[in-house]
Amino acid sequence: MTTYVLRRLLLMLPVAFLVTVGVFLLIHLTPGDPALILLGEDRSPQAIAQIHQQLGLDKPLYVQYVIWLGRIAHGDLGRSITTHQPVGTAIAERLPATVELGLAALFWSLIVAIPLGTIAAVRRGSIADQIATGISVGGVSIPNFFIGIVLIFVLSVTWRLFPFGGYVAFTKDPFENLRHIVLPAIALGTAGTAINMRFTRSSMIEVLNNDYIRTAMAKGASWRRVVFIHALKNALIPVVTIVGLQIGGIIEGAVVTETVFTWPGVGRLAVESIFNRDYTVVQGIVLLAAFSYMVANLLVDLVYGWLDPRISYS
Amino acid sequence: MSARLLELEDVHTQLTLREGVVRAVDGVSFHVDAGETLGIVGESGSGKSMTALSIMRLLPRSGRIIGGSIRFKGRELRDLAEAEMEALRGTDIAMIFQDPMTSLNPVYRTGWQVGEPLRIHRHVKTAASVAAAVGLFKKVGIPEPEKRAMQYPHMFSGGMRQRAMIAMGLSTGPSLLIADEPTTALDVTIQAQILDLLRHLNREFGTATILITHNLGVVAGMCDRVIVMYAGRIVEEGRTEDVFANPEHPYTWSLLRSIPRLDAEVRGRLQPIEGSPPDMARLPEGCKFRSRCSFAIDRCATEEPELRQVRSQLTRCWVTQGGVSLESQSDLD
Repeated sequence: MTTYVLRRLLLMLPVAFLVTVGVFLLIHLTPGDPALILLGEDRSPQAIAQIHQQLGLDKPLYVQYVIWLGRIAHGDLGRSITTHQPVGTAIAERLPATVELGLAALFWSLIVAIPLGTIAAVRRGSIADQIATGISVGGVSIPNFFIGIVLIFVLSVTWRLFPFGGYVAFTKDPFENLRHIVLPAIALGTAGTAINMRFTRSSMIEVLNNDYIRTAMAKGASWRRVVFIHALKNALIPVVTIVGLQIGGIIEGAVVTETVFTWPGVGRLAVESIFNRDYTVVQGIVLLAAFSYMVANLLVDLVYGWLDPRISYS
Repeated sequence: MSARLLELEDVHTQLTLREGVVRAVDGVSFHVDAGETLGIVGESGSGKSMTALSIMRLLPRSGRIIGGSIRFKGRELRDLAEAEMEALRGTDIAMIFQDPMTSLNPVYRTGWQVGEPLRIHRHVKTAASVAAAVGLFKKVGIPEPEKRAMQYPHMFSGGMRQRAMIAMGLSTGPSLLIADEPTTALDVTIQAQILDLLRHLNREFGTATILITHNLGVVAGMCDRVIVMYAGRIVEEGRTEDVFANPEHPYTWSLLRSIPRLDAEVRGRLQPIEGSPPDMARLPEGCKFRSRCSFAIDRCATEEPELRQVRSQLTRCWVTQGGVSLESQSDLD
């Protein structure tokens, strides 16, 4: 097991290298000169050249890349070109809020999707199944910013049940923290809920047709026992794959949701930095998003082993 | 009649499929006495598995018992609530299935699965049920039972899995074991071992057994009585030695002639049964075997024969019911 994890981490290195190349090129080929943002009104060619020199932008692209790679290898993501704060610190300050939101969204999506998908599969063709299908089609097709705006309008502006945005640290006031997280978590998690439910449903239907389900029934197991003990563990195997991808995608989803709910996370930092052409910060965030995908994939493979004993890591 | 362990009377089960309504079990009646071994023989689609699943009330979604009576120890199973049926399954009636490769849950340890009936019905704790499973593994001849009980199904061979299935079936000491093609998916040598095991357990525990198979050889070695099914009906029923010595239905007669034998006089080529089984959604008038039968008379096309006593067994055939012997008739050919 440990060997497996170590091997997987080693295999991540070439992927990580390609990711850095991709991120670097993406950011540097994007039009827009940070010097123009920094200078504001005074845009003399000399001033621009001076900024370029300061930031190392006058050097050839591959030299810039090597310098940048050398720094991130030491854990130095550079400094924000607008606030001069170290990028690592800027992200670290915002990360807990995003992780909290992401986990809450994931929790919401699973707590709804697995029971609903199971019921839809067991009673397929019933009204419950059709309602669940309707919810999932809606969940996938309605963009999360729109869900967010509707939630704010109905639950916080009209009914005043929840605050319409902002963030309170859990350490400061746990109750207010939870009250603030409900709406953004639902907005961010709904698309995932819909997808996870469809996966749970189809996977459950397939599993219920297996011979070992008939064996369990022949043993005298109750329907509930058959579904929740014999079928569910098998049915969750494909669901885990898709959930893994969702964990990796939390930062992307947070970009929009955090903006709608003025949530002080990495997503909003990304938006602000893009507007400011603060390419060092954007680079850092894109890199973080890419790495979270890689880590999520590893986690998925480890969970597989726990769910399905046929997979061995030796 | 109340001494009967299991008694089926005029059972009708139908499947609603896309091709139409199929009467998979069409008026089947038979009984099983305590400790007895009954063989049910027939080709695929003859309704033998559907008969077994009707007894267990484990029919697929498309299936429904629409008529008749199934009494087990005097209780009408069709009238039982689902919870009462659950209490019976896995305790007093156990069933093992054809394909041991897919009949065990891949994500749970075998010992856990084999001990499960004890946890469900006897409220035994997990550790004790696994310990009981180890004992059962020993009984059905699984080597290193302690180690095996902690393994997952994919680490077992087909024969070992079927042994585990049998252990599971016997864990609660049922009075009736239904074995649906228990050896079909196994190698020939393993088949013999599994049959030996079933025979041995049948004697040791006095468990009545319904053995469903398409293999007449299996029936000959194992069963006291045999039922031959064709197109959802019983076409012949009798003591195994009688049926094998003097088949009274042309289908049974052809089945026996299509088996290669080492001890018979040299007759040249094996004789397969011509044609194929009828389309169950569009059954013909009259006798369902007529189109493949070399003895058919005019009456067979219009009227379906009843199951009647002819000499020592029951048969559904106008020819033999008319007093003609199949053996002498075939010699005329």
